[in-house]
Amino acid sequence: MTPLRRAVLVRAVLLASALAPVVSAQDTTFKGLKLNGVYDPRRDKVGIVVLPVSGAFGDSVATIIRRDLDLSDRFNVIPLDTADPSALRATGATAGLNYPLFAHLAAAAIVQIVPIATGLHVALHDVARGQVVNVSEFPLPATGLGRDWRMGVHRVSDEIERWITGQRGISGTRIAYVRGMSMRIVDVDGAEEITVPTDDQSMSPAWNTAGTQLVYNTLGANSHISIFDLATGRSRPLIGPSRNTTYGSPIFTPDGKSIVYARAGENGSDLFMVGVAGGDTPRRLTNGQGTDNWNPTMSPDGRRFVFMSGRTGHPELYISDADGANAEVLTDYEQSDKNFRADPDWSPDGRVIAYSERTRDHFQVRTVLANGSTPKYLTSEGENEQPAWAPDSRHLVFTSTRTGVRQLWIIDVESARMRQLTKSAGARLAAWSPRFVKP
Amino acid sequence: MTRTRRIAVMTAAMLSGTTLACHKAPPPQVGPTAAAGPDADSLRRAQADEAAKRAADEAARRKAAEDAAAAAAARDGAGAAASARATLLATVHFDFDASDLRADERANLDAKVAILQANPTVAIRISGHTDERGSDEYNLALGERRAAAVKAYLTQHGVAESRMETISYGEERPVAEGSDEAAWSQNRRAEFEITAGGQSLKKP
Repeated sequence: MTPLRRAVLVRAVLLASALAPVVSAQDTTFKGLKLNGVYDPRRDKVGIVVLPVSGAFGDSVATIIRRDLDLSDRFNVIPLDTADPSALRATGATAGLNYPLFAHLAAAAIVQIVPIATGLHVALHDVARGQVVNVSEFPLPATGLGRDWRMGVHRVSDEIERWITGQRGISGTRIAYVRGMSMRIVDVDGAEEITVPTDDQSMSPAWNTAGTQLVYNTLGANSHISIFDLATGRSRPLIGPSRNTTYGSPIFTPDGKSIVYARAGENGSDLFMVGVAGGDTPRRLTNGQGTDNWNPTMSPDGRRFVFMSGRTGHPELYISDADGANAEVLTDYEQSDKNFRADPDWSPDGRVIAYSERTRDHFQVRTVLANGSTPKYLTSEGENEQPAWAPDSRHLVFTSTRTGVRQLWIIDVESARMRQLTKSAGARLAAWSPRFVKP
Repeated sequence: MTRTRRIAVMTAAMLSGTTLACHKAPPPQVGPTAAAGPDADSLRRAQADEAAKRAADEAARRKAAEDAAAAAAARDGAGAAASARATLLATVHFDFDASDLRADERANLDAKVAILQANPTVAIRISGHTDERGSDEYNLALGERRAAAVKAYLTQHGVAESRMETISYGEERPVAEGSDEAAWSQNRRAEFEITAGGQSLKKP
């Protein structure tokens, strides 16, 4: 699509969505629309219709894409309840779509999908302009409904989102987490969960920026750090085990060249950095002087990191240069010697740090801008911990006990809409993958 | 203990734990929709996890029971070795979010020093544990700190450092279930395991 066409489309969509809520407040059946009485272009969503899809797996394609667009929190997916499909088409010689009808439904965009031999042919209609504005073909595995096939369908959803909003969606990403002492990977819509064969007693997975590897630590007498490769299904030990030492909370640096991790031993714990190939001497980053220093998270440009430290007697979040110099407290607001601030995660857009905080004996998920200002609460019900950002810097996965057992939940920080991701007890330590580079 | 033996022991504990678990209440319902597709799979895996966790808990309880039985046997005069073993393996407890050794645990630790000095070939592993509060990951640091504090005390009182090793389990191996102080206070602890020379312990 040319820049001109995109600019025209975006204008058209913004115009349509600006008008849509006025109509929708009165006479439509939108799902998930939160008007709050005030129009907000960041919160209000684009009305979109996904037409029924023919073919053997057509219903599955349409269902998955509608759900993906809904879960993106950027669209109002308008259900088509019409019993008369012919109503969707205009009368007359051209026999195109009945755009006035869709406009009446407050749809700004229509997705039309036709199965082809290699996958799916997808057209995006702009209702305001009454024409197709994007067309593309997407490959799918010949065998329907498998894990790769579903990922192929998610890519359609994410590209539609890019066509309309300019930003690729996140339905084609995955979440690694730990349940019991085993590592799981699940699609962000909750489907296709697999167990990956990491070393015994593994914890705290973190993705590399390409989404091809996970680094993690293990617990107990053989505590060490390994890198798991998703293509080969094998782990490679990187650091440890070492006598009298526990390793924890490893991450990849954004350039993919190094691992930063915590090492607890005879005298407190500190953060260290070592090359991903291993073999070089780990470099100490924090000067904890016997206190505990844990949970590093790096800025996307790799120049600073945030970590938790008990250096003043209770855990707060600190920020420092990438080499560990100039460490200062980030969470210097609402200070109390009872504070417990943990699990920091730096957003991929570099703006926000999400973390968990114990307040009045309960953990809640909070965010604070990277400059230390504007702290906010995102949760209030149950124990909520371990937030991890999606690659869109808009959604977070976190653990919550609000149903009585610990599960993974996802929140859209713009609208505060939440949904439960996992359905079995004890899920924790989630890490959201990047957008995968290659199908 | 060799790796093979440890695996064998763990397997035995898991098996017996699973068997015992069958007599207990069914696992809690984990979600409102246990019905279709991936949820059923998740549920099955959750139940397997639950079983594994119960087995681990059961193993921990069995260990505690064995320790108590050993102590009881010693009181009955059944043997100095059993008495010495019970003393050496007695758990040390900690205050909330603290790794300082409590005054009321000093006698416990001093008794261990005496046994370690009377049995110079004995080597031990000290594992640090925490309650469920605090963050999962940071609790690994706290557990390691507790184990290190015990080791430092024993070292200061004349036990060679090379005879002791420390590990941390953080909050991952609770001995008491529950989310109240009664459970938490039991879970904030250092446990002891004899890794060498435990065949015929002498009393001091």
